[in-house]
Amino acid sequence: MQNPDRPLSPHLSVYRWQISNGLSILHRITGFVLATGAFLFTLWILSAAVSADYYDGVMAVLSSGFGLLIMFGYTFCFYYHLCNGIRHLGWDVGKGFEKATAVKTGIAVVVVSSALTLGSWAVLMGGVA
Amino acid sequence: MKYRTPLSNVLGLGSSKTGVHHWWVQRLTAVALIPLTLWFAYAVVSQGLDFSSFESAREFIGQPIHALLLILLAFTMLHHSQLGIQVVVEDYVHGPLKVVGLIASKYAHIAAGVAAIYSIVVISVGPVS
Repeated sequence: MQNPDRPLSPHLSVYRWQISNGLSILHRITGFVLATGAFLFTLWILSAAVSADYYDGVMAVLSSGFGLLIMFGYTFCFYYHLCNGIRHLGWDVGKGFEKATAVKTGIAVVVVSSALTLGSWAVLMGGVA
Repeated sequence: MKYRTPLSNVLGLGSSKTGVHHWWVQRLTAVALIPLTLWFAYAVVSQGLDFSSFESAREFIGQPIHALLLILLAFTMLHHSQLGIQVVVEDYVHGPLKVVGLIASKYAHIAAGVAAIYSIVVISVGPVS
């Protein structure tokens, strides 16, 4: 029988925050957000199969001020999860485990994903293709 | 030195049974999602995919190569999403709700995947109803 009151190993509350665990939890949070985005993608593509009214209804929400803010958030989540996912795949094949390297690639992921987010929106809002 | 008893070897009990498959498929879908999501992001940012109207969205989705890539994207993305949500539920949800959550998430992802693929097929083969 498991004792639910048993002492647990070092938990989040006593863990010293640093870039590595911060980015790790951010990977999970962005992944969770993107899961909701996958359902939103489904809703969008379904609306395009159903009717113009339905499509316009979905797009009215997504392209409202609040909708665009949400989309901006999704954009960062996407680029971050993509870049950090590649960092994870590197670890999976045993590359980049050195502490100094992991910190550097972590900072690079934040910088690159932020730049890609801002760049994408600059192109979209500026209408330059 | 072997720590496992002959009995445990025969019974085949232990932690590593199906977890490897989950881990591996998560990586396979991750790698496939790199080109698929980058293609979709490019389509959005370059405005090759014009969201503004029902007709323009359908025109993009309905082209054979686009439809094919979108089906692959929808399937892979929702599969990867399901694997990720499963881990999140397993980590944070306890008691009977855990099983309910795992099953609900699986059903929801399968339903979304079928809806997305069905929608893409309908758009690419059928006239507007």
